[in-house]
Amino acid sequence: MENILNLISEHREMIYFVVLSVFVGVEVIGGVPTVLHTPLMSGANAIHGVVIVGAIYVMLNVDPTNIAALILGFLAVLLGTLKCSGRVCGN
Amino acid sequence: MKSSLLEISYLIGSVTFILGLKMMGNPKTARKGNLIAAGGMILAILGTIFLFEKHDHMGVVDTSFVVPGMVYGLIFGAIGLGTVVGWLTAKRVQMTKMPELVSMFNGMGGACAALIGLMEYQHYLGETGALSAIIAGMVIGSVSFSGSVIAYLKLNGTMKKPLRLPQYNILNTVVMISVVAFGAWVVYASPDNMTILYALFFAALIYGILFTIPIGGADMPVVSSLLNSFTGLAAAFGGFLYDNKIMLTGGILVGSAGTLLTLIMCKAMNRPLSNAIFGAFPGGGATAEREIAGNIKDINISDTAVLMNYSKKVVIVPGYGLAVAQAQHVIHELEMILEERGVSVKYAIHPVAGRMPGHMNVLLAESNVSYDKLVEMEDINPEFSSTDVVLVVGANDVVNPAAHNDPASPIYGMPILDVENAAHIIVNKRSMSAGYAGIENELFFNPKTSMLFGDAKDVLAKLVTELKSL
Repeated sequence: MENILNLISEHREMIYFVVLSVFVGVEVIGGVPTVLHTPLMSGANAIHGVVIVGAIYVMLNVDPTNIAALILGFLAVLLGTLKCSGRVCGN
Repeated sequence: MKSSLLEISYLIGSVTFILGLKMMGNPKTARKGNLIAAGGMILAILGTIFLFEKHDHMGVVDTSFVVPGMVYGLIFGAIGLGTVVGWLTAKRVQMTKMPELVSMFNGMGGACAALIGLMEYQHYLGETGALSAIIAGMVIGSVSFSGSVIAYLKLNGTMKKPLRLPQYNILNTVVMISVVAFGAWVVYASPDNMTILYALFFAALIYGILFTIPIGGADMPVVSSLLNSFTGLAAAFGGFLYDNKIMLTGGILVGSAGTLLTLIMCKAMNRPLSNAIFGAFPGGGATAEREIAGNIKDINISDTAVLMNYSKKVVIVPGYGLAVAQAQHVIHELEMILEERGVSVKYAIHPVAGRMPGHMNVLLAESNVSYDKLVEMEDINPEFSSTDVVLVVGANDVVNPAAHNDPASPIYGMPILDVENAAHIIVNKRSMSAGYAGIENELFFNPKTSMLFGDAKDVLAKLVTELKSL
């Protein structure tokens, strides 16, 4: 419990981020007519391809002798890229 | 120095995401918005690769750490391969396949998040806070991955019938609670044992499958959108873990936007979210067996052409059949010929026509139909009573009057296009089979309705030739 509370106070900046981002997300989508939902969904899809940044970060930190981690990391970066490139070109 | 530059590249990236998403909300700027967000993404990716500095747990830069060239090789290899494959897939895919594609790529994002969790777990043993972010990201990513794969199979028709295990509602809830409890225990006990972590990973995958298989076809768009926002959440957990602001903004932005989008879709179908997920369309149950009295009337191409040629106002209702037949170009041709003859032509777009909200708009925009010809349901419904001919092309459930007058029907209460108010209704279908929701349509038995059987592209092409000769 104390751990969790510590985590929250340590990351309060991030928590502000989360809360404000939620509002931004709602605000941005709020007024969009239904007719644009497909392009929008596909755009949103490309954006959370940002998970690739995490994959690359992990990959850069990885211990090069750990083959399993290297394989997983390679797959993660590959999947992340597939997602971004597929979506962006798809539009 | 490097870290500050990286932070700045992330800041710019986050701003482009918000701007891009905002611009995608308008047909005129959508393409540009997409490019802007993509630019921000590329900046963030390059920044992450080239401005990387290893930090220890206290946040101090470890200058002695050099990333081996092999790792860079793997990263660039993966990016190169991913770009080529992703690009080729997206180029080759037809507009009809767009919903499947969105689902598939969404699954990849989920898988990516799950793999990050698998790799990072052992580095954070004993740190409850970080572990909760890792485990949450991994579980949500896995659920979203396996769920998206099932959604993909359903959307492309490989998996047709919703599969319901006995008591699937209770079963799913139990499995969900167990996965959550298992995850919480892993965070709490933080066992140094990868087998347990893999067990959790597979449990989450299984839950994703169980969650998606009972859901009926018509509800699939809602589920894809929901899974989309899940993946966003998984990315956001990653951001939390690494104090990485761009992952956090991107993830949360998509998470909240996706959730809102899901709710809007549910509203368009007049179904509470819980109903779409747990209730599912009974898919054929009692109503399918209900006999509809009346006769089906056929009409041939030349009569249709004459009828349309001498109308004042024609409304076209496009549906999934149009997309399957790839008839968007020929329907645009038909529209232009009629317009030349002084007939007013509009397209009536139901919010969930096709397999995804807005599917028809993307499809018709592809063949250069102007955006102001596409009229949303609320605006077109009052106009049907002054319409001479309604041409329904490959749409079914969205024009089924049972939504208004049959309380036993699974789609009862869903807002529909009130085409029955028009003077003539011509329905183009390949056969008499039921729509995606698996239910009969009494519209076809309406005395005002004539059926024009055949493949949409074929029939419309013949109709265009016939009209030209008039």
